[in-house]
Amino acid sequence: MNSSVIVFPGSNCDRDIAVALEKFKIKNKMVWHNETNLPKSDLVVLPGGFSYGDYLRTGCIAGKSKIINDVIKHAKKGGLLLGICNGFQILTEASLLPGILLRNKKLKFISKDVFIKVLNFKNSFCSNYKDKNIIKIPIAHNEGNFFANNNLLDRLEDKNLIAFKYCDIKGDINELSNPNGSSKNIAGIFNENKNILGMMPHPERSIDPFLSSEDGSLIFKSLLK
Amino acid sequence: MKISAIVTLKNEVLDPQGKVVKQTLKNMGYSNISDVRQGKFFEIHIKEKDPIKGRKLAEQVCKKLLSNTVIEDYKIKVDE
Amino acid sequence: MLISKDLIKKHGLKTDEFSKIVKLIGREPNLLELGIFSAMWNEHCSYKSSKKYLKKLPTKNKSVIQGPGENAGVIDIGDNDAIIFKIESHNHPSFIEPYQGAATGVGGILRDVFTMGARPIATLNSIHFGSPEHPKTKNLLNGVVSGIGGYGNCMGIPNAGGEVKFNSCFNENNLVNAMAVGHVNKNKIFYSKAKGVNQLVVYVGSKTGRDGIHGASMASAEFDENSEDKKPTVQVGDPFTEKLLLEACLELMKGDSIISIQDMGAAGLTSSSVEMASKGNLGIEIDLDKVPCREEQMTPYEMMLSESQERMLIIIKNGDEKNAEKIFKKWDLDFSIIGKTTNTKNLDLYFHGSKVANLPITSLSTDVPIYDRKWKKTPLPKKEKNLVNYKKLKILDSLKKILSSPNNSSKEWVWEQYDNTVMGDTVQKNGGDASVIRIHGKNKGIALTVDSSSHYCFAYPQFGGMQVVCEAWRNLVSVGARPLAITNCLNFGNPEKEIVMGQFVECLNGISDACTYLDFPIVSGNVSFYNETNNKSIEPTPTIGGVGVILNLNNMVSQSLKSINSLVLVIGKTNGHMHQSELFREVCNINSGPPPEINLFNEKNNGLILLKLIEKKLIKAAHDVSSGGIILALTEMCLLGDIGAKIKINSNNLSNIEYLFAEDQSRYLVEIDEKDQKATFNILKENDIFYEMIAETKKESLDFDKEFSINLKDLKKINTDWFTKYNEIK
Repeated sequence: MNSSVIVFPGSNCDRDIAVALEKFKIKNKMVWHNETNLPKSDLVVLPGGFSYGDYLRTGCIAGKSKIINDVIKHAKKGGLLLGICNGFQILTEASLLPGILLRNKKLKFISKDVFIKVLNFKNSFCSNYKDKNIIKIPIAHNEGNFFANNNLLDRLEDKNLIAFKYCDIKGDINELSNPNGSSKNIAGIFNENKNILGMMPHPERSIDPFLSSEDGSLIFKSLLK
Repeated sequence: MKISAIVTLKNEVLDPQGKVVKQTLKNMGYSNISDVRQGKFFEIHIKEKDPIKGRKLAEQVCKKLLSNTVIEDYKIKVDE
Repeated sequence: MLISKDLIKKHGLKTDEFSKIVKLIGREPNLLELGIFSAMWNEHCSYKSSKKYLKKLPTKNKSVIQGPGENAGVIDIGDNDAIIFKIESHNHPSFIEPYQGAATGVGGILRDVFTMGARPIATLNSIHFGSPEHPKTKNLLNGVVSGIGGYGNCMGIPNAGGEVKFNSCFNENNLVNAMAVGHVNKNKIFYSKAKGVNQLVVYVGSKTGRDGIHGASMASAEFDENSEDKKPTVQVGDPFTEKLLLEACLELMKGDSIISIQDMGAAGLTSSSVEMASKGNLGIEIDLDKVPCREEQMTPYEMMLSESQERMLIIIKNGDEKNAEKIFKKWDLDFSIIGKTTNTKNLDLYFHGSKVANLPITSLSTDVPIYDRKWKKTPLPKKEKNLVNYKKLKILDSLKKILSSPNNSSKEWVWEQYDNTVMGDTVQKNGGDASVIRIHGKNKGIALTVDSSSHYCFAYPQFGGMQVVCEAWRNLVSVGARPLAITNCLNFGNPEKEIVMGQFVECLNGISDACTYLDFPIVSGNVSFYNETNNKSIEPTPTIGGVGVILNLNNMVSQSLKSINSLVLVIGKTNGHMHQSELFREVCNINSGPPPEINLFNEKNNGLILLKLIEKKLIKAAHDVSSGGIILALTEMCLLGDIGAKIKINSNNLSNIEYLFAEDQSRYLVEIDEKDQKATFNILKENDIFYEMIAETKKESLDFDKEFSINLKDLKKINTDWFTKYNEIK
């Protein structure tokens, strides 16, 4: 499997995701935002970070960079596209995923381990979570409060496009287990074809036994199938 | 009455956000744009009928909270 | 132009200092030159009051590659890995504009580390505020915490913790001490010493604006009610540009075109160019027309003294400039050749074709006056006699009171605003004794801590200074790390006052004694004097940043209790030192008396033997006993591990309250398996270590005989409530 990680000025999880991809034997290339041609890739990753300093609106300026046209083409052809944290914000700004990520409800950056429930296994990203659907994973963001109007929320639910919801250790999805005020506790969503996944938590930070969790590994293992 | 206040970074203070927005607009082909500065906009509702007193209060609020006069300027407009 | 007395004073120079300048250069300086002198001769850049004492500190041992004098200190951790680190204050700017002051503090210390070729792998900070009820405190706390987070999070460097403290002595002078730690191949370290004549001096990074002019002089002046006037000197940080600067510098550093490099921090272009020339025993020539400016019509004076952030000065090998420029352009950064090195040993500045300044480099470096200021000893406070009432206090009530006090409450509210998992190598997060960051791609890590203790240092500076070093040492040992070296940030009041200067001298004596005995040298740091407002100085607060190494991460321990039915021991003797304790301060309102004294032999012995036990895998959890005594340490272990404990006190001649709350030093609590009891005791006995059993672990509650039993959930709530409520948006 071949992947490309897009590096924007201000990306800061680009190395982390590259390390994770390589750990799971996915052959990765780093692609600079100013390039116009995407190398041949099965998977494109928009990494976390503060592209363009998060200035104006998070993800907004990266959503207008040169390489994005090719990323859109890749996704339209059915290629896999994963946006993590800032990458998720870029996906919504580039209209590749619906909704938007607002500032956290308490207006503070939040960095901590949370639990999320995996809600959909029939896709390329999450099939390995079938036997473990409540996972521990870190979040670290200032704008992770997923907002969508009721129509969109209904559509996401009806079509089963919600990938993850914040929950507690037992899997209960409620206000207390919602760290940032997201509508319906949403932590990640798919597009209709389920080849695009946007998520706020960081799977690349939970891939080895020395870290607080290894549960992120299963995304990469699922991708390899 | 309703008062609007606009808080911007002082001209001589670096505005990182404005700088990036300007550069992006240029990259998008808007070559005529020579500078962009970003600021904050506040709508303040005051229980007061006298515009002079209202403005005075707004001035105070701007000075004490809405702006840090070390690095920011503010402008006040009495709307209604 | 004639230099008036008023102008001299405005530049923070004394008249006799001005006379010395005239003598040194054989004429009166012009205004630009006066500005340059004021930047280089102020306390912040010149260390004129502290140099005499800093020289006496131990700065070397076999792991030190570079001690004080460079942008940061460097230590060897084996296999060609080196760690570069430093702590620095940004107190004055943070008081005036908390968000930007703290943000630029983080930015500045990060530049110190990556200037030397290291990729930053962690930041820490020690922040001190006035009493929580003081009207300024909440805003300062919020601003400083957001500023630290805003900058560090954007840079993508994990925060490895630190401390947040409150003390009314900081009401009008808060402290923001930021520490950065980087990792580098020890054969690829970059220094600031210029080499060779006619080499290109290159300016890279952000443009120069009018911000922060005279920031360094501000940091050397005390505040008064008119501090508002000093406001325009605060800079705005741009972490996005700094991130680009970091990546561009590290990209250029892969090659060998850099001769030397120096960040533009305090006193900007002035101090960076002078330092590089001075270390290389060379001259430097700068054409100010080439300096990239953000604003129109900037004068040479403004350019030389601006403290605009995110800028570097590099001396590049002739012929390599094209390649270097390409890298900086790729990252959208300014790149301009502004001058060259010369053999004149002068600083020569040109503007619009004419020479506007001409100063011997030595007049700005080695000839800076050094003061031997008068100082007065702080007498050792006497223990108050006839204090009997505290012995009647209820243990649980006292614990609750301490646990919910601002200084001892959980700082989760703060830590959660800092990204601590980015870079994927945080193997022990903030909240424990020390954080542990893995060396990327390897099975070893470094342990990091920052500590301070203004109360102890104020009560008796020498004991206090010694205690802070030992506390840092103990925190590193507690996670299984071999302590290697420290960096220090010395926050004091006005050194022109004898009592303040005395606090400085004696704290340093204590620090020096402890560092020497523990072989724990000081490799970098800074001094922040004049933390004083309206004639009131802060309590002396040396902050120590400690670094240790864990060569095999499988031997790392943490403070959380691991399982039920194991044993908890106290290593080290409890003698019942109550003065300056949290019990006295928070519960009894007694602030007098001496701080605890330290026996360095026991300190070292206890620590080294604990490391031995850890390496033999006999220790399941370890935590140093510090403020709050045994009971607080045990509670923290319970809360972090979500495991309860039943306290059992062996008979001794102390009351239970004394035994549990005393703050005797050099002690640790450790959790061991029952089956390892014998092996552990044998090693402790063989090495003459004093130890006692203190508890057995159990499910979900903390119990003590018939006196109390409290559920951990309740304790947790007591511990976290204060901070959350204090900052709640209503």
